[in-house]
Amino acid sequence: MSLLDRVRALLGDDAVEIAGGADAVPRVAPASPDAVALLLGTAREEGWRVRLEGAGTWLPADAPADLALTTRRLDRVPAVEPQDLSATAEAGIGCDLLRQQLADRGTWLALDPPGLAGRTLGSVVATATAGPLRHGFGAVRDHILGVTFVTGDGRLVQSGGRVVKNVAGYDLTKLEAGGFGAFGVIVLVHLRLRALPRADQTFVLAGTREDLTQVAEDVAAAGLQPAALELMSPALARRDGWALAVRLAGSAALVAAEEAGLRGASGGRFTALRAEEAHGFWMRAAESFATRPITFRTGGLPDSSDELLDLLQHQVGDEWVSASPGVGAIRWAGDTTVDRLRRLRRTLAGLEVPLTLERAPWPIRSAVGHFGAYREGVGPLVAGLRRTFDPGEAFVVAVEGSD
Amino acid sequence: MITPGLVEALTGIAGARHVRTAPAERLTYARDGLPTHRRVPAVVVLPGSRDELVAVVRLLAAHHVPFVPRGAGTGLSGGALADGAAVLLVLTRLNRILSLDPGNRVAVVEPGVVNVRLSAAAAAHGLHYAPDPSSQTACTIGGNVAENAGGPHCLKYGVTAQHVLALEVVLADGRIVELGSPGGEPWGPDVVGLFVGSEGNFGIATRIAVRLLPLPRAVRTLLAAFASLRAAGEAVSAVIASGIVPAALEMMDQSCIRAVEDSVYAAGYPRDAAAVLLVELDGHSDEAVAADTETVQELLSSHDAASIRVAADAGERERLWQGRKKAFGAMGRLSRDLVVQDAVVPRSALPDVLETIGRIAATYQVTVSNVFHAGDGNLHPNISFDARVPGLRTRVDAASTAIMEACVAVGGTITGEHGVGLDKLRYMPLIFDAESLAAMRAVRRVWDPEERVNPGKVVPVHACREWTGVRSVEWGVRSVASRDAPADSALRTPHSALDT
Repeated sequence: MSLLDRVRALLGDDAVEIAGGADAVPRVAPASPDAVALLLGTAREEGWRVRLEGAGTWLPADAPADLALTTRRLDRVPAVEPQDLSATAEAGIGCDLLRQQLADRGTWLALDPPGLAGRTLGSVVATATAGPLRHGFGAVRDHILGVTFVTGDGRLVQSGGRVVKNVAGYDLTKLEAGGFGAFGVIVLVHLRLRALPRADQTFVLAGTREDLTQVAEDVAAAGLQPAALELMSPALARRDGWALAVRLAGSAALVAAEEAGLRGASGGRFTALRAEEAHGFWMRAAESFATRPITFRTGGLPDSSDELLDLLQHQVGDEWVSASPGVGAIRWAGDTTVDRLRRLRRTLAGLEVPLTLERAPWPIRSAVGHFGAYREGVGPLVAGLRRTFDPGEAFVVAVEGSD
Repeated sequence: MITPGLVEALTGIAGARHVRTAPAERLTYARDGLPTHRRVPAVVVLPGSRDELVAVVRLLAAHHVPFVPRGAGTGLSGGALADGAAVLLVLTRLNRILSLDPGNRVAVVEPGVVNVRLSAAAAAHGLHYAPDPSSQTACTIGGNVAENAGGPHCLKYGVTAQHVLALEVVLADGRIVELGSPGGEPWGPDVVGLFVGSEGNFGIATRIAVRLLPLPRAVRTLLAAFASLRAAGEAVSAVIASGIVPAALEMMDQSCIRAVEDSVYAAGYPRDAAAVLLVELDGHSDEAVAADTETVQELLSSHDAASIRVAADAGERERLWQGRKKAFGAMGRLSRDLVVQDAVVPRSALPDVLETIGRIAATYQVTVSNVFHAGDGNLHPNISFDARVPGLRTRVDAASTAIMEACVAVGGTITGEHGVGLDKLRYMPLIFDAESLAAMRAVRRVWDPEERVNPGKVVPVHACREWTGVRSVEWGVRSVASRDAPADSALRTPHSALDT
């Protein structure tokens, strides 16, 4: 029996979306977590190699595999609880659709990941790609209360729960958030929400990078706590010069007080954007990252941001860069070579700064790896965790590079 | 096996004064903050430096001897207890703040640094360490990391996991690993997040880098009294749903209020109230905090608060908080023994669950006092009792189980900040199936293949019984029993939480 016949027998005809794409890899879309488990259990028995896909808008669907497993039919939102500020959503729901459903109930997931609006929730969680809101609301993991995932040999595992505080058992959720699918396919996510902010205001200041870096330091020194404080390269901000964007979100009183503080800290130099301008500004910046072939992120200490930006400029250019100087995070997009990426990762490792390759064509991903240049003793731990959750190496994920 | 030769070798590393073998000395470490569990360690070692600690761990690895790391022993799960086959490693002498970088708001500490000492050191720079367990004047950062400790102000600022950036860890076999990065970005998969809350099962954190936060410039503290627990619970739901995130939102019931007011920690709580809410709002701007305070006051009033008192100054605020933070100690006045629970429920379920707990207390004729982090839905229904009364222990145990089952039934969990330890081991199958428990055990064996660090905690091994044969071997899970035991056998196994 062929692979496709086997899949059809297991999951039904409608689970097979594409019998063979451009690269002749059939795409299978299980309709339930149990179906995912069944498929992967069979994959383990048959020795199939599986690549994971969401909506196909972030990571290129180009990893060599026997079949592609897409989560796009796992698109239900079983629960939104405004009184508890929590929700449960399947991994294949698009972020845009989820956002709308949450807003209808007066709630908000304070994540603004890079990429197109229809990126799946599972993609955002698996790659831990936070956006500028990380400054005020934390990394992706801080928004996740629990997950259900399926291991490479078809085991359905729960971690965490749907309450906002939980220390029962080891926190496997942390491993799944940012694991790039190497430790399981996320099928269900329990989310921590916030109330939809009553006021949401964005301010932008254009100038030289040096000048704006100083302004960002002044804003931080003034004790302001914006939702986002983002330094963007001219191409990304679609401005003549660099741009420093500040987003204030919360109660009307809070936003008014922070706005007054921002004026004081910057000498009133920022320009307020109208609501639709602000929406377009942030959305275009997020989408721009999906238009470049390669994206990576680095995370250093806040006071090293400027130095790291210099380093990026020198080694790979800085045309498409977005930095959160308050938390030391930088996202870069563009085109470069395997050698440059490897060299940059080594250089950054010497500064105790990790480089995470977020997206790239498979030849680059497989050569460079999402992760690498680990600190002491981490490599064997990661290898052990991979063996634990994917004993047959079913998942085609470039965890580490080939160097 | 712990031999005289091994003890001699331990003495050679840590010094005779810091290796405790006399029965009276070892008894000192037989309990943690929870009085209902008791284990007497074979040997107690108090290393004086990281190098001594690593040398001790390597020695124990060479002899395949189990060990249990322990901080100040303030835990509430029986998690830091070692039995007669294990060595207890007490880390309180590793108590240096290694660096404090105000510019980057980062501190690096040894595991034995007392929580409040770090905040005191950071205060000089206008900063603080946000997680503030009620035991913060005694508990250590290492213990906080092991348990993923919370505290009242974690409602707004998050629990320990959100504040740990990087770790240096000594594994069970004595290898050193460096997890995370100084800026907090995971280096590879988030193994720092995985380590935090692993209750000592993955190794010992020898250096801990934490994030510090600016001290708020504006703070308002309110005390609201209610005529019923239901009304107080509904007020909590209303505040949460409003979108305002208080720094803290705590509840105490009448039994707890009276215990506090009868103690040296008396804070002026209204003795006749069925419940009080302690609400704190903070932020950068006085105007914004004042506006939020006004909104919260309106919400509390519209949910039948009988009275609302706003702390007039820092002194009054401190008194209000002291009563709350010392409430567990004050309960010692009620009786000689105490069971402390730590379940979490969805916040909207609080009113119903509080009434259910009241009914369970009446059914089993036990005294339950509630003092808890209402804003997180993190309950602490505490059962006071005298273990010398015949039959009372059995009723307390049954009431504990009934409360836990009621919390789980509404979508809750069994522990929000105290950890599983020994105390909640039997409840784990209530919330995790055998597959998920076995996955946890398999992860533990990646870090500690011999399962020597803090053995017998967190994962109920007997609930993983179906993991036999080929699959278990693939996962590295030891075949332990036949297949005939049901997956939820933990609940049917004769067992008492009160195993003194």
